[in-house]
Amino acid sequence: MIAGPLLRSLDRGATIFLAIVIAAAILVPALNLLVPASSPLHVPTYLVSLFGKYVCFALLALSIDLIWGYCGILSLGHGAFFALGGYAMGMYLMRQIGTRGVYAHPILPDFMVFLNWKELPLYWYFFEWFAYAALMILLVPGALAFVFGWFAFRSRVTGVYLSIITQAMTFALMLGFFRNNFGFGGNNGLTDFKDIFGFNVQSDATRAALFASSCVALALGFIICRMLVTSKFGKVLVAIRDAEARTRFLGYRVESYKLFVFTLSACMAGVAGAIYVPQVGIINPSEFAPANSIEAVIWVAVGGRGTLTGAVLGAILVNYAKTTFTTGLLAPYWLFVLGGLFVAVTLLLPRGIVGTIEHWWRTRREYAALRRNGPVRRPAARPAE
Amino acid sequence: MLCDRLVACVLLFGLCFAAAPGNAQTFEDTLRKFSADSFSETEAGIGAVAASGNPNAAAVIEALQDARLFYDPASKRAFIKDTGGRILDAATGKAEAAPPADLTTVRINNRLRRVIEAALGGMTLLSSDAGKRYEAAQAVFKSRDANALPALQTAIGKETDAKVKRALQEARAAVLLYKPDVSEVEKLEAVGTVKARGDQEALSLLSSLPADTPQAVARAAKDAVGSIENQLVMWTAVQNTWYGLSLGSVLLLAAIGLAITFGVMGVINMAHGEMVMLGAYTTFVVQETIRVNNPALFDYSLLIAVPLAFLVSGAVGILIERGIIRFLYGRPLETLLATWGLSLILQQAVRTIFGPTNREVGNPSWMSGAFEIGQINVTYNRLWIIVFTLAVFAALLALLRFTRLGLEMRAVTQNRPMAAAMGIRTSRIDALTFGLGSGIAGIAGVALSQIDNVSPNLGQGYIIDSFMVVVFGGVGNLWGTLVGAFALGVANKFLEPFAGAVLGKIAILVLIILFIQKRPRGLFALKGRAVET
Repeated sequence: MIAGPLLRSLDRGATIFLAIVIAAAILVPALNLLVPASSPLHVPTYLVSLFGKYVCFALLALSIDLIWGYCGILSLGHGAFFALGGYAMGMYLMRQIGTRGVYAHPILPDFMVFLNWKELPLYWYFFEWFAYAALMILLVPGALAFVFGWFAFRSRVTGVYLSIITQAMTFALMLGFFRNNFGFGGNNGLTDFKDIFGFNVQSDATRAALFASSCVALALGFIICRMLVTSKFGKVLVAIRDAEARTRFLGYRVESYKLFVFTLSACMAGVAGAIYVPQVGIINPSEFAPANSIEAVIWVAVGGRGTLTGAVLGAILVNYAKTTFTTGLLAPYWLFVLGGLFVAVTLLLPRGIVGTIEHWWRTRREYAALRRNGPVRRPAARPAE
Repeated sequence: MLCDRLVACVLLFGLCFAAAPGNAQTFEDTLRKFSADSFSETEAGIGAVAASGNPNAAAVIEALQDARLFYDPASKRAFIKDTGGRILDAATGKAEAAPPADLTTVRINNRLRRVIEAALGGMTLLSSDAGKRYEAAQAVFKSRDANALPALQTAIGKETDAKVKRALQEARAAVLLYKPDVSEVEKLEAVGTVKARGDQEALSLLSSLPADTPQAVARAAKDAVGSIENQLVMWTAVQNTWYGLSLGSVLLLAAIGLAITFGVMGVINMAHGEMVMLGAYTTFVVQETIRVNNPALFDYSLLIAVPLAFLVSGAVGILIERGIIRFLYGRPLETLLATWGLSLILQQAVRTIFGPTNREVGNPSWMSGAFEIGQINVTYNRLWIIVFTLAVFAALLALLRFTRLGLEMRAVTQNRPMAAAMGIRTSRIDALTFGLGSGIAGIAGVALSQIDNVSPNLGQGYIIDSFMVVVFGGVGNLWGTLVGAFALGVANKFLEPFAGAVLGKIAILVLIILFIQKRPRGLFALKGRAVET
């Protein structure tokens, strides 16, 4: 039942992309663990973690591309779902510390002991089981997105209004998580993790495994998105993006479509955050900062929205540039570059890198076809939002 | 507990006071107590010095307070080091030609600091400076030091300043209420005096009267506490409203420019906060120039900064519109991203030029200080900002209503193709409108520089709030922005005491999100076909 849509969703580009991701999932850990450190082919562990981080960002970008590129919902608060997933994972990791914390309390995490709390708050219960934590990783961002989307889409809050409200949402969450009595470690957040599934988070093997699982998550996310956008459902999404009112008049329940895809996207962002946290070793409220969410949007814009592969490419490129810039002499100029990127991409490269290449490719083929067969009917140009 | 200590202090004082004249000590003998290097002896010394009436007594106790009082262990004499570093003989106040070599500081602890304050309070009641007398009266009101009673009586008799006289009477009432051997009539009268004061201090004084207070007085005090509490609740409400209006005026200033660019033009300008920041930095540059070239003009610095900030931010705004935004009309989401990028660039540029730290922008003399209305403290800078905000708002309304530019702006807003057909150069109007909105943001920056830190992040703190104001008030309606700003400001300040500053803010955000469900187009929505475009 799955096989049909799956095969249909994987065109040549998508297959190549998947092959690259899976190759990376196998090759990078192998080059890290099996090749001796002296060899030029050896991938150092810090690079494994760094790339792992990029892959998580790529999954976040994918989730944004799904709603922005295919449904026209520009969320400036997707960082919130990412961070919520991260916090859920962080809570699991905190519970795994056990008595190895500074205060060696068997149940309470260090910060709670520090704040003189006597018992675990109710919402921290059951997080010692990964199954429960995994459920929460999907459920918490999903539920927030569902409630938020239900309110927003039902009252037809669209366009920039929605963007600004999502930004306010992540801003409010940031303010909340900065508070100590919220029960999530205040501005220090959750950190000092020891192990995951009983393996040390610091060890090379665990880091390699985390990298591989990031790639797997990205591949799965990509397949889900691909299947969705190539299905009939996906066509309706594109219709909503291009002419929301017309789609509604045709009898589609626009709100339900938007709500579903928004919630799905939030769950994906949550998963990205959850895999991100053990690799960077910390989750704190600054992940909720509105600037982070907007930055994630620019990754998608650079790569090309509505292309999926572009989102992934954009996330990796921009973050690689960020790492290069902010670790060197050029650090003070990074914000100029990032700011310039926002302006340049919107003005000069509105289709993004992948989108521009695809467009160029398609026009070339059409011209070739035109020369062979004479005039064909071109589809109407994409209307403005 | 504090109260007990105070009572103990008072009692101790009483003893000293009683003992001092009886022993007919000379002032020099009194000063010997400081050389004992014992806190209780020092305390006795303070009491004796305060009671001695010696002209040098105040100087001695002040020196003790500032750790400038020394003693010579050999001769047991006390010395004062004055602020110029000279050593004076504490007994005579004359400079000592050959001070002993091994002078030791007279040590004090926190308990003694309170005793010192009370003693100084008693002594400065008769000072020639009205401000000092007032402060001394307040100090006695807090310390309820029975020793000050004779001085208070004299001071009340001599006092001519009505405000100081009232403070002295209140202080006297406070002392009487805590003094054991006072008649009931006098105590009742004292309760009345303290009740008339009606602030938090009066409340705590009346609600912790000593246990041996007569029944009738205690009852009167209880009634007084009730009525003061009622009054305080009212004043808190007034104060919250005032703070809310003040916050609202700041929000309005920040949002009013946005209401033009977002509301009138439909352009999302995420760099709006940076226009505010540019205005604030313009103020900084103006003040620096004045400081260097002509300090006498400092009081006029803001008047000079306002038009300059308008020009600087307005010019940057027009540049942005011509350079970027005009290519993005009809693509609001892209405009949002591009202007966000611009805001990053502007912030970083300012950070590179002026440095990442806060810059100091001073208050001109007419903006610093405060005055009191009833129980609330009104600072001049907040008051001026409210006045200024309303003036800017009125000027903007007048501009839109009565000028050619305003007319053309409204025409373009309502129906762009028709306006163009009537011969209005819409692209020029777009640029000017954007410049106007940005310029007003610059003016807001001048005002905000007076109450906020001038740093490259200044604008970011306001951007979300300003959007909330515009969205709440209704897009495309300046009156909505006005009402929205003040409503949000006041609501914020009323929520703060219950929920704390952060939770209050979160609550406001949630409320706005819910409010938009009910009225997606804001409080004062535009009606008609223009809405859907």
